[in-house]
Amino acid sequence: MQGTIQNREGFLNTIAERLGRQRKQSVNKPEWNDQPQFDVYKGATQDQLLDRFKQACEPVHTEVRETSVSELPNQLKETIMDYGSGSIVIGKDQRFVDFGLMPTLKPFDVHEWDIQLGQENIDKAAQANIGISFSDISLAESGTTVFLSDKHKARSINLLPYCSIVIVAKSTLVPRITQAMRIIDQRVKAGETIEPYINMISGPSNSADIEMNLVVGVHGPVKVVYLLVRDC
Amino acid sequence: MPMKIGTEPFFERVDRSIHDDFMRQAMASAQDRLRGRKLEATVGDDSLIDWELWRNAGEEIRRHTLENLDFYLEQLSESYAARGGHVFFAATAEEANRYIQEVVQKKQAKHVVKAKSMVTEEIGLNEALEAVGCDVLESDLAEYILQIDDHDRPSHIVVPSLHKNKEQIRDTFREKRGYTKSEKPEELAAFAREELREAFLKAEVGITGCNFAVADSGTVALVTNEGNANMVTTLPDTQITVMGMERIVPSWEELDVLVTLLCRSAVGQKLTTYVTGLSPDLEADSVDSPKDYHLVIVDGGRSKALGTEFQSALHCIRCAACVNVCPVYRHIGGHAYGSIYQGPIGAVLSPILGGYEEYGELPYASSLCAACTEACPVKIPLHELLIKHRQRYVSGGGHPKASEKLSMKVFGIGASSPSLFQMAKGMAPAMLSPFTKEKRIEKGPGPMKPWTEIRDFPAPSRDNFRKWFDEHKKKAGDDQ
Ligand code: SF4
Repeated sequence: MQGTIQNREGFLNTIAERLGRQRKQSVNKPEWNDQPQFDVYKGATQDQLLDRFKQACEPVHTEVRETSVSELPNQLKETIMDYGSGSIVIGKDQRFVDFGLMPTLKPFDVHEWDIQLGQENIDKAAQANIGISFSDISLAESGTTVFLSDKHKARSINLLPYCSIVIVAKSTLVPRITQAMRIIDQRVKAGETIEPYINMISGPSNSADIEMNLVVGVHGPVKVVYLLVRDC
Repeated sequence: MPMKIGTEPFFERVDRSIHDDFMRQAMASAQDRLRGRKLEATVGDDSLIDWELWRNAGEEIRRHTLENLDFYLEQLSESYAARGGHVFFAATAEEANRYIQEVVQKKQAKHVVKAKSMVTEEIGLNEALEAVGCDVLESDLAEYILQIDDHDRPSHIVVPSLHKNKEQIRDTFREKRGYTKSEKPEELAAFAREELREAFLKAEVGITGCNFAVADSGTVALVTNEGNANMVTTLPDTQITVMGMERIVPSWEELDVLVTLLCRSAVGQKLTTYVTGLSPDLEADSVDSPKDYHLVIVDGGRSKALGTEFQSALHCIRCAACVNVCPVYRHIGGHAYGSIYQGPIGAVLSPILGGYEEYGELPYASSLCAACTEACPVKIPLHELLIKHRQRYVSGGGHPKASEKLSMKVFGIGASSPSLFQMAKGMAPAMLSPFTKEKRIEKGPGPMKPWTEIRDFPAPSRDNFRKWFDEHKKKAGDDQ
């Protein structure tokens, strides 16, 4: 459904007038003179990006556990236990099946997001101890995981629970935010509708508002752990 | 709380501020830490190759966007509405508030939560919502602290509660909210987490500001650390974003550069914990996304800068890097500016938005040492804009109020007399903290040169500014 637009013409006419010209119907965006963003970690191999990613996690208070594809189910189980298991929430995400994780999760108290259940999903997520999700794109420079959230891979999963376990496939690593935003940009330019919620998360929530002291764990998760899977 | 804070005349505000030792010390230590982190993450980070290239890129993007602002705002409104969101263009604060009141009333909403909302402070949205019977809760930790302390005033763009120590915060929490634990920041934050979690779950309307809107995709980007903006944009059914009209980028390609500049300059992080792109949701059966999206685009006096020598002030990305290097801010603190926009950018922006009548004296709260200009990640020539304001002000652009005449005698000399300038230059070495390593100072001869020059001045004593100020105040008084 198309939304409404109110008061636009007068508002934009004022801007054009102040700029001393007619309204612009089209604009050619220039090729920017300086584009240093593409030179950061240029030509780095996937292994180098992996090292960089691990280094970047430490200052953002995020534990990294490295594992292989075949060891991932065990590693996940261990991590869940280490972080106190309890209730768990996951998205409706084919990757849990592809990585063979459904049998691992079965013995635990797991809620899989189901849009048919409406509000119950949010209540479960708000009470959950652990949320488990997959990083769609992972940024080596900053130890960031990118989530292209939609109604099935819901945004609450890595926001409301106390702990967030994120599965980071090595194949999703790119140098920095530049490559992630370029992927999104190209989809927009191709006329695709991008996900309503694109969240780039680097570690647990934090604040330095009280006398500049860093407090980890404010509104979002208090603990974040990455399971880094060597899938390539 | 509207843009103006406090009712005291400028001179008295300054006078009071420089005698508040805790405040001055807090400002100084926050400046040192934030500036140190910024240097580490900018000129000090070799992986970026050359920070100057980033600044160039930021400046070019901002200039192009503002020169074509009508086009990009039109594109934004089309793409946002195509996704089902509603867009309202508000020429004034009153128009913006009225529209938001109507949305909230139509929903019969009583509980509103807010995050990241400088522009909503500017337009006085809280009061407008309270007037129609809503509870409005600020959810940024600092804003929350100020709000429950009887709406105390912000003192820094990025860390608004900087002037409060943890004991004061503990006492406020005890008195107003029945808090029983200690002054440990972890315990205070955990208490806020608990209180706010309930509020997030019960709120019907969530309101946020906007770091950057992306014109071609209809996205609002939020750059935060606490996770509260994510709560505000996830849990309530109605989402309202309020943005200053200049906070826009053409596409995600430019968003990349500006987010990088902002995170590194504001808090010295590679990225803040959350960088979130929120676009209206077309899918009716989503569970945890708002059902109704509104984008309110505010002029509020900004267009007065377009086509003038002050246009570049609208390039600002609100990182506060200029605030964190300003020797005058260091001594007088945020409250003395009498505006929610403080420090060098506040002294440039407040007179544009609020007029010379109210803010004409702020451009004199500067030593013109140019540290702000050197620090600015989008290369706004702040000190030059301050001089231009002064020129306009004295040539009849403003009419100093009688009560301000005294302050003009002190600060009004700034342009013609070098006293304040000399003073601030003398203070500058104290501002170069130990973690500003030699190698970084020397790196990049262009922007760092002025720093290396003033570094050679002798370090002043801590009380120099106060002594100087008292003497000049007395002298100005004698001249009356
Ligand atoms: S003027 Fe420049 S340095 Fe100051 S807040 Fe704005 S962008 Fe940052």
